[in-house]
Amino acid sequence: MFVPFLYELRSRKVPVGATEAVALARALVAGLHDSSLEGFYFVARALLVHDEKHLDAFDQAFAKHFHGVEAKALELTEQLLEWVREAKQPDRRLTPEEKALLEQLDLAALEQLFQERLRTQKERHDRGNTWVGTAGTSPFGNTGKTDRPGFRVGDAAGQKSAVRVAGERAFKEYRDDLVLDVRQMQVALRKLRAFAREGAEDELDLDGTVRETARNLGDLEVVLRPPRTSNTRVILLMDVGGSMDPFTALVSRLFTAAKKATHFKELRTYYFHNCVYGRVYQHASFRDPVPLTQLFAETDRRYKLIVVGDALMAPWELMSVSGWSDDEGLEGMVHLMRLREHYPASCWLNPEPPSAWWQSTIDVIRKVFPMYPLTLEGLGDAVGQLTKTR
Amino acid sequence: MRFKGTESYLTGESLRSAVDCAVALQRPLLVKGEPGTGKTLLAEAIAAATGLQLLTWNVKSTTKAQEGLYVYDAVQRLHDSRFNDKDVRDIRQYLRKGPLGEAFAAPERRVLLIDEIDKADLEFPNDLLHELDRMRFRVIETDEEIVARHRPIVVITSNNEKDLPDAFLRRCVFHFIEFPERDLMQRIVDVHHPELGDALVDQALAVFYELRAFARLRKRPSTSELIDWLAALKAAGVTSVKLDAQLPFIGALLKREQDLLAFADQFGGRAPKRA
Repeated sequence: MFVPFLYELRSRKVPVGATEAVALARALVAGLHDSSLEGFYFVARALLVHDEKHLDAFDQAFAKHFHGVEAKALELTEQLLEWVREAKQPDRRLTPEEKALLEQLDLAALEQLFQERLRTQKERHDRGNTWVGTAGTSPFGNTGKTDRPGFRVGDAAGQKSAVRVAGERAFKEYRDDLVLDVRQMQVALRKLRAFAREGAEDELDLDGTVRETARNLGDLEVVLRPPRTSNTRVILLMDVGGSMDPFTALVSRLFTAAKKATHFKELRTYYFHNCVYGRVYQHASFRDPVPLTQLFAETDRRYKLIVVGDALMAPWELMSVSGWSDDEGLEGMVHLMRLREHYPASCWLNPEPPSAWWQSTIDVIRKVFPMYPLTLEGLGDAVGQLTKTR
Repeated sequence: MRFKGTESYLTGESLRSAVDCAVALQRPLLVKGEPGTGKTLLAEAIAAATGLQLLTWNVKSTTKAQEGLYVYDAVQRLHDSRFNDKDVRDIRQYLRKGPLGEAFAAPERRVLLIDEIDKADLEFPNDLLHELDRMRFRVIETDEEIVARHRPIVVITSNNEKDLPDAFLRRCVFHFIEFPERDLMQRIVDVHHPELGDALVDQALAVFYELRAFARLRKRPSTSELIDWLAALKAAGVTSVKLDAQLPFIGALLKREQDLLAFADQFGGRAPKRA
């Protein structure tokens, strides 16, 4: 009876299978749900969901399956409101000018207006001056022009330039449960591992003990050593958004492979857009910035840096200064060079095919970082280069 | 058996349901949630409600799965062999059971808390899969099999510092402790500070939720901070609070320097001096 519900969940990417179905059946036989739908909801949630990131999908699936609520519409509205809420906070990463612009607005009124308009809007609108859409002059939408500041909805950055706008589409985190092809990448990454004996001496060194005891004329001499642990520390720095959108699937595969690789002592992942200035972000939605100075202080030259990006941007982005307080007045190019200098074992993986690497900014960045195509072969070469550098 | 919470540990229906599932299906209960929402206390509450003894296994970054089962102290045995003060031929003297091994071997059912499993190495949960699933393990040194006489009620907490492997997750009953709604919070406060005046509790809760809604905070205060803060207010004899720069004992609610700075920035007042 609940089996179609499991398929509903699966279609929403909640990983459930026979194990969960059997567990749920056992719980129902045991009468844990008190023969009520509410009880069933809680029992099903406890058994079918294994991670809080799936709770929302579960709720929607449940609502759809058992009440026939139009979950899709709800989802859309909530998503839009989420963007609006994000836009509402004067964000740390905004320049003072942008901040001032945002603050001069009556945000509450604007949000209300936005909701209202969203309710009345029935279809897609582009180039208008009232509705939510793109390329228009309404205060809501995307890639538009207006004197007043407003809400940018979603992301379809037209030009390949770093446009930092509050309420940028919360970019999908590269955390999808891709299994196909990930395995191959994992095998390639496995070559990165290196072992070292580190930490507290708590492992009995049998050979050493025998040797030392013999040397001691049979009087026992126990020799301990630290256990052998993986010593590979990796920083994965990924370009997201804009011109990288077509490569999302490919990059997410690499990300999954790196995340699943258990032989790294430490894996740090950061995001940037087009070019690295004084900071990188811990989330693909450009939240939680980490200044490069802090990153350099926390990590030393033993870390291996893998940058993933198409290295395509407007040439001025390489040569310009971001205006953020923590970029120390240095150009993007200089920051890239500092990264390369700080991590001798570093490389750049480019999803663009090598035939396109003649383009100006790629060509410049190639002179800084050893660049490899983001293919299995290129990944293998990159790993080879990273392990050679000590 | 149905779990109802205890006098000092109040629960919502979803949590009760999750505990019942874990007990009935004899699977580990994995609890996640913001720090300070009572994940660890849940195991104590289950032990108190069922009248079973609680065993705690505090996981640290250096903890190995094997330590939970048993440890063979070869070094001690070698040392003892020099002085002949114990019978070193008996290997059993040098085998010590870990918390999981103890829970299996116990004559009665036990509640086992595996606290902060995400602190350990990534492989840690995988290494425990078989033991938690089958509730048995083999002692290699003596070739004995230890089988749980009574399957313990296993509660596992995680702070989300590392992702847990899928295979592990699928064997657990999962519960995410949500932040309590105002009604439940009121009852929780009443349980812990029954003698506080209604007016003060009302004001304090209002301030507390307003502070939580303040989006610039890195670590939002949670239940345990609220309880501590109220204790501080009570001890100092404060009778009314309101959200401004002079909020008393702000340090009990906000623990990060950036948060205190953000608070000072928002509500005026001097920024705390850097130490």
